[in-house]
Amino acid sequence: MELRGLRSRQAWWLVLPTAAVLAAVAGWPLSRTIFFSLTDARLSSLATRQFVGLSNYLGDSGVLRDPEWWASVGNTLLFAGSSVLLETLLGLGIALLLNHPSRLRTALRAAVLVPWAIPTVVSAKMWTWMLHDQFGIINTALVASGLVSEPLAWTADPELSFVTIVLVDVWKTTPFMALLTLAALQMVPRDCYEAAEVDGVPPWRVFTHVTLPLILPALLVAMVFRGLDALRVFDVIYVMTSNSRATRSMSVYVREQLIDFQKIGHGSAAATLLFATIAVVTLAWLLATRSRMRETR
Amino acid sequence: MQATLRATALAATLCLAAFGAQAVTLKISCGAVGLEFQLCKEESDAWAQKTGNEVQVINAPNDSNERLALYQQILGSGSDKIDIYQIDVVWPGLLASHLIDLKPFTKGAEKEHFPAIVANNTVGDKLVAMPWFTDAGLLFYRKDLLEKYKIAPPTTWDALGAAAKKIQDAERAAGNPKMWGFVWQGRAYEGLSCNATEWLASFGGGAVVEPSGKVSVNNANAIKALETAAGWVGTITPKAVLNYAEEDSRGVFQSGNAVFLRNWPYVWALAHKPDSQIAGKVGVMPLPAGADGSKGGRSAATLGGWQLSVSKYSKNQAVAADLVNYLVSAAVQKDRAIKASYNPTLPALYKDADVMKANPFMAELGSTFAAAVSRPSTVTAAQYNQVSNLFWNAAHDVISSKTKASKAVADLDKQLNKLAPADKWN
Repeated sequence: MELRGLRSRQAWWLVLPTAAVLAAVAGWPLSRTIFFSLTDARLSSLATRQFVGLSNYLGDSGVLRDPEWWASVGNTLLFAGSSVLLETLLGLGIALLLNHPSRLRTALRAAVLVPWAIPTVVSAKMWTWMLHDQFGIINTALVASGLVSEPLAWTADPELSFVTIVLVDVWKTTPFMALLTLAALQMVPRDCYEAAEVDGVPPWRVFTHVTLPLILPALLVAMVFRGLDALRVFDVIYVMTSNSRATRSMSVYVREQLIDFQKIGHGSAAATLLFATIAVVTLAWLLATRSRMRETR
Repeated sequence: MQATLRATALAATLCLAAFGAQAVTLKISCGAVGLEFQLCKEESDAWAQKTGNEVQVINAPNDSNERLALYQQILGSGSDKIDIYQIDVVWPGLLASHLIDLKPFTKGAEKEHFPAIVANNTVGDKLVAMPWFTDAGLLFYRKDLLEKYKIAPPTTWDALGAAAKKIQDAERAAGNPKMWGFVWQGRAYEGLSCNATEWLASFGGGAVVEPSGKVSVNNANAIKALETAAGWVGTITPKAVLNYAEEDSRGVFQSGNAVFLRNWPYVWALAHKPDSQIAGKVGVMPLPAGADGSKGGRSAATLGGWQLSVSKYSKNQAVAADLVNYLVSAAVQKDRAIKASYNPTLPALYKDADVMKANPFMAELGSTFAAAVSRPSTVTAAQYNQVSNLFWNAAHDVISSKTKASKAVADLDKQLNKLAPADKWN
């Protein structure tokens, strides 16, 4: 008993530095944001703020009564759902291909990482130029091959811009999913496959009954990471379509309120809600997949 | 050991002091639309050579609302990173609290500039910025194509629509599938507010928010104006215009793929550069009217233009003000007008033979510049950015056919009135 108490105290001491750093870099800004969300502060006059209670959330012009906020929530959820789903499927496929031992594998594994290594602002701008309706190489190729009769306005057409952004994000982040999945695949014990081979199990059944269950926990964790990232998406959207309503995410909304409109109070309320949304979605995901994760462990 | 340290520190301090007394390094933020950046650098260097100081030119984003956001962030943190800011005609009210009064440094030079711009740049009794160049929306057109199809330059939007359609179709049939009738700025940004302000005014649809503070956007003429613009997209205007800023639209026009272009005067100099594909084929005229005068319609150009101001957080305000005085002086403005078609803010230069020879349109379109429509920045003051954002988003929804014009302006009216209950803007 005494030993346990000692060890637990020791554990606390060991955790303390991390906890202190976290409190300083995450806790302090977060609590300050929450504090500002209860005031009417403006960026140009931060000092002259007044406490306004919850009116930034619930008031007449509060975030929760702003249809544009809800539109950006919808955009963000749709973006996160579709991009994470596509990235997982594609990443899984690429990982399965890369998992076959071959001399090319090492080279390919490095090559696959290139999109992930390019800063998003750079790759988003690069795609914007490639997708440009007048000078872009993609439209030139599409028109030359006769697939479309006139250039498509990828980033301008409201019916296309959202899909375009999802595709650019998929291009960029699939490597991340592929590598995490590949790592999981390489952890699957060889003897499982050997046993399946001895029993003459067809490949598809090997995949669904051996491979998939064994990599599922890792896959689910990777999806949580990607989901968190996708829910706070900002750069790819802002670079490609600026503040356009058709593609505005929650983060873009927050930035617009904080910087463009100088409304620190309102913007902080939105930022707090963004944080809450991410927390709720992540918790729900963890709860929903907990049994799966445990089963296979 | 300690003595050495102290000696080193002393020497360092002396060095710094001596350096500080001799020369300072100023940082100026300039735009990069067209030739702006290059010229700003040349002119600042000329001043630096003359005075023995050093100037670093910082490249600011091209979209003016993004530039504003950046400036607000830098100024909001009280940073001395930038001494001189190039600010838009609609920003003096927004940024005044961060800028110094230039009057003690100008020796009355502001009296030689257009009084309306000086008044715009005066907040309270502070002259927060000196006028550098002025802008108004213009219609550029392909003289050669209009002559080829025997069409007169259009003075109404209907005529422009018909001419654009006819030439576009004929040119496409003749082997240029990339040809479009009319390009402008339709991205969801400040530039769309400028374009849409012109449409509304040309149909007699008001100025969104009137000088009295009253929100006027919900009217039949404004609806008609927005509907007309929405009708262009996909027919005479490429859909991609919905994500075009100034330089994108100039790109299409200057590569010879558009008949008409709405843009600022700077396009003139670039279109006439020797390497331009349309050199000598470009005409310029006032933007078309939406309705005839009896219905309140007219040719309307949005007032633009840029000013120079000094940050109150700058450590070298007097030197910075000296650079501002130099840059807005007649000699520099003349040079900029001749090289890059930046409209001078000094009336005297409009009588200058060299300036007029390089930019014949400046004299011909004098009335356009004189009667340019202001965006409602004075009355909405600190809330202008939000008003403009709501306006450009409403316009963007209409031109991208997501919302009907009548619903968009009704919603906009509601949102604007919510910002300013009883027409009171703070």
